[in-house]
Amino acid sequence: MDENPDKKETRQLTGDEKSSAGLLEKVKEGTSALKTRAIEEAKGYKDVQETQLWKSIFRVSHDRSDPRNRSLAILSNVFLHLHPAKVNRDAVRYQYTWGMGGITFYLFIVLTFTGVLLMFYYHPTKVDAFRDILYLEHDVPFGKLLRNMHRWAAHLMVITTWLHMFRVVLTGSYKRPREFNWGVGVVLLVLTLLLSFTGYLLPDDQLGFWAVTVGTNMARATPMFGSEGPFGVQLGMTQYNDVRFGLLGGSIVDSNALLRSYIWHCIGIPLVASIFMAVHFWRIRKDGGISGPAPVMLESEMKGVKKK
Amino acid sequence: MDSPLDQERAASSASTSQPGETVAAGAPPAGTPSVKPPLPPAAKPVAKPAGAVVESTPEPAVNKMRRRIVWSSVVIFLVTDFLMFLRFFLPRSILEPSSKFSVGFPADYALGVDTKWQQQYRIWVDKTSDRIFVIYARCTHLGCTPDWKASENKFKCPCHGSGYDSEAINFEGPAPRPMDRAHVELDAEGQIVVDIAKLYKWPKGEKNEFNDPGAYIPL
Repeated sequence: MDENPDKKETRQLTGDEKSSAGLLEKVKEGTSALKTRAIEEAKGYKDVQETQLWKSIFRVSHDRSDPRNRSLAILSNVFLHLHPAKVNRDAVRYQYTWGMGGITFYLFIVLTFTGVLLMFYYHPTKVDAFRDILYLEHDVPFGKLLRNMHRWAAHLMVITTWLHMFRVVLTGSYKRPREFNWGVGVVLLVLTLLLSFTGYLLPDDQLGFWAVTVGTNMARATPMFGSEGPFGVQLGMTQYNDVRFGLLGGSIVDSNALLRSYIWHCIGIPLVASIFMAVHFWRIRKDGGISGPAPVMLESEMKGVKKK
Repeated sequence: MDSPLDQERAASSASTSQPGETVAAGAPPAGTPSVKPPLPPAAKPVAKPAGAVVESTPEPAVNKMRRRIVWSSVVIFLVTDFLMFLRFFLPRSILEPSSKFSVGFPADYALGVDTKWQQQYRIWVDKTSDRIFVIYARCTHLGCTPDWKASENKFKCPCHGSGYDSEAINFEGPAPRPMDRAHVELDAEGQIVVDIAKLYKWPKGEKNEFNDPGAYIPL
């Protein structure tokens, strides 16, 4: 029997230590019991892909067992079916195709998204427009970034459109039977440039104001429809009813011009461009995908065919 | 889904793959009229019973670590973008009139309710024997602006008939609690400065904030 309770080796546990050690044991038991119960319960659950909820959302099986299954998964999905279920492997030879059409479309998506966000902080009025841009750059979190992204994407989209056209010429992808699609593409080019022009005017700064002044003054010289163009006066055109008036909504560059520019830029031209894009992409799909060089056959594949 | 390139690599390495599969994958897609493939006419693949699982080439082993890194980078990027998207909608400053304004000296006001500032600031200044306080002129039912009826010594809301006494305590109608009072303090010159961004309320059965410092100016 040890009479000195302070010696370490033979000291009895105090009441507190006993209860805390017991508590620790209890906690350990509790968690392991919880874990076993959770595992048992999880075993009872159905595979999530067999549940009614899953089957209602994803109508077809999404396993990768065979090519037909995989095609079906793509074709039955509204987002995925816009893209072909299979793609000619030559479509990814970017040294040949450049991918500029796809990049241009991607930039259009970026512009649409950033543009919508910019609309939250812009009033298309003479009083507010210029100040709104300053406000956006300084007082809105990520406003400067968003504005710059929009501007960069706009410049790049024009560049990539030109590169795309250049590539199409080089690969002869405008030749029969693709002539019509080339025409649609030219219209898209004009719409892209118009989008750039109308967007340029929206900050209502010196650059924009004088750009619209010069542009619409040129419109004044349109034959037959401009008040200062050949045969314009003879057809009764004045500065109050010619094509320049129609563009500006007035005879001077003022608040109506800004509003019309805004509507063309955000709604009018994007809608028209979307329709033309739909036609353009549809034509590519129906022609069998992006035009590429003569397909390459691997030796192993040729052997397989010869077997038959 | 494997890219067509991967499929071809796998097909060419496994020489036991079905000829039908490789021909179907390697031939140009039907519909390119101007391109003639340099090979003998493709043989039809062997007809298979409906519903049979087609033997496909084994997929290359997945690098789990790389896949995890890529997926987590994508998720981090998207989550960051989403947070930025939300923050974008909360500008750092607003172009609205200030919520703080001055309404003159306590001595400028007689006992009772003064409607001088109702149009400009949406408040009434109320002076009683022991204090002066500012009522925010918003009915606690659905937010209309009540009228001060001096002849009847009460506030009456035109929308649904809520009635408040001369200290804006509700006594009739659908109003659930008295009208709120605005924060008041005296500036260095002794003028009353009102701040309608800070309101004191007295919800039914809860703490009465009307006696908190800042809810009134003692006389």
